[in-house]
Amino acid sequence: MKHSILAGIIAAALAGWPHAQQPPPQPPTTTQQPSEIGVPIVGEAGNPPRLAVPDFIALSPDGETVAIAKILGQVLWDDLNFEHEFAFIPRDVYASIPKASSFAEVPFDRWRELNADGLVVGTVQKVDAGVKVEVRLYDVRSRRSVFGKEYSGGAAANPRRYAHMVSDDLHLTQRALHGVAQTRVTFASDRDGERMKNTVQKRDVKEIYIADYDGERQTRVTVNGTLNVFPRWSPDGRSIAYTSYGKGTPQILISNIFQATREEVTRGNDENWLAAWSPDGTKLCIASPREGHGYTNLYVVNRDGSGLRKLTNHPSINTSPTWSPSGTQIAFSSDRTGNPQVYVIGADGVGQAQRITTSESYADKPTWSPAPYNEIAYTARTGPGNDIKVIDMATREVRQLTFGEGSNESPAFAPNGRHIAFTSTRAGKKQIFTIARTGKDLKQLTRSGNNEHPDWSAK
Amino acid sequence: MVRRIAVILTAASLAAAAACHKNKPPVARPMPPPATNTAPTQPPAPPDPVREPTTVPAEPVRDDAIASASLDDLNRNSPLKPVFYELDRSDVSPAGQKVLDENATVLKRYPAWAITIEGHCDERGTAEYNLALGERRAVAARAYLVAQGISADRLRIVSYGKEFPFDAGHDESAFAKNRRAHFVITAK
Repeated sequence: MKHSILAGIIAAALAGWPHAQQPPPQPPTTTQQPSEIGVPIVGEAGNPPRLAVPDFIALSPDGETVAIAKILGQVLWDDLNFEHEFAFIPRDVYASIPKASSFAEVPFDRWRELNADGLVVGTVQKVDAGVKVEVRLYDVRSRRSVFGKEYSGGAAANPRRYAHMVSDDLHLTQRALHGVAQTRVTFASDRDGERMKNTVQKRDVKEIYIADYDGERQTRVTVNGTLNVFPRWSPDGRSIAYTSYGKGTPQILISNIFQATREEVTRGNDENWLAAWSPDGTKLCIASPREGHGYTNLYVVNRDGSGLRKLTNHPSINTSPTWSPSGTQIAFSSDRTGNPQVYVIGADGVGQAQRITTSESYADKPTWSPAPYNEIAYTARTGPGNDIKVIDMATREVRQLTFGEGSNESPAFAPNGRHIAFTSTRAGKKQIFTIARTGKDLKQLTRSGNNEHPDWSAK
Repeated sequence: MVRRIAVILTAASLAAAAACHKNKPPVARPMPPPATNTAPTQPPAPPDPVREPTTVPAEPVRDDAIASASLDDLNRNSPLKPVFYELDRSDVSPAGQKVLDENATVLKRYPAWAITIEGHCDERGTAEYNLALGERRAVAARAYLVAQGISADRLRIVSYGKEFPFDAGHDESAFAKNRRAHFVITAK
């Protein structure tokens, strides 16, 4: 029964997902024009290239295609702007330029008058299976196309996905950057206002949600009617491990979100929390107080629940695991000297844990950045509330990203290491925000109910 | 000790008062002294029956009311009181020990009860660390009860970290209520 409800929810969740039928989820297919590969557009005098991203051209006259063309231009602009690799000609001045109706009619001289270095032109055409999108990036000076690709096969119900793919392709080919426009964020939310059963206390159900990286298309993925918290994406982006109190005792479950199936990693009477996937997706590091005495230690377990071994062995609290990108080390927090601090230990558990944070009164929830950065973001107690800080693992320099605007915690890196998702109370209730690793570009992703414990998908 | 005797006296006099109005009087027994009491003095004999109606104190609840209540009703107005903790701490304060002494007394009177001790935290700690801290609070409460002679088999533990605050406020008075071990009766 639960599974059939889950299946329904998942099906609804994936309805707008290009090729989201049974596994694996296929993105729209693309065709690269072979003659137009990878010539980067350069800006003037070392400045970032200035791009213009007008609305796409609707090649079919129906209202749906026209609407999609408009959405694609806007979403692509937002996606590209997110990484700050390009400068942009503001969209509100585009109105002065005649709209092209095909690739052949682009008024390059007019765009050059606006000092555009590059111009993205896209077309949208209605086809049997949905829409076909063609995108070209022109060098405005030479009037040559330096990028051209065709996208098709995605559901028309989710045109945003096309823009996200284009953005990632442009970042990769033009800036050698792995964009995150196709990634997603998962989090726990009480927005449905459901109350826990089997208790006389007034307690809100929390379920696991996912959303696009920009906060769009927020979708519930668990239907457990209980406390479901601390979701973590599997490295392949197809599963979410989380801590569920569905059977009274907290256990690690995995939801395979494209198959609508659920696996139990742990079961029984021992409590288990805070799963962290190994980079190869075969193992999870979890925290458990199973030995008693109020001690919590870390364990590594295979994804199917077999092969459990103790990683830390200290008569204190050892929790909040995160793997290094190479999979050879695990950072965690321990209160062995008083309040929690961040430590690192080999993933084989051999050797002494090495203390990382030395200037905090309280530091928890380390999250290890992906390459090319080698940083650990964490939650630090900075006053009545908490803030997000980042420590460089080579220099041990600490920088602070939030400064007491509400309480801020639970940082999670984007897969390119350039952004961090976290929970903040600055807007009232707990909400998910993203911020650049520089501390700029704060963006609120959620607004309904309380939303917390974010994790950013690798894909 | 003085307070304990007072409780016993009250219970005994209540029982005696009840005896005047019922066919089957409940039996009032002196409670066993706490395990830590090295030289127990003999509890005083129950006083003579009181014929005048007395004001019924809120606690302890009369045996028959507790015995007949549903688990939900019991938990809604629980005879087991929560224990509160200091910020970042899990040691049981003297005030907490007093509460646990009284909870132990109730648990001894109802040996069939099984309970879950929930560990909770305020919002100042992190969500992640608070799971382990809540656990340690629940463990501390259980250890104290076990030392009072309550079988560990009756005492299940679960930590909710800061996921279920008792008071949704964001000031110290709310925080103080949220740093707690909460007792749920799960079987009777």
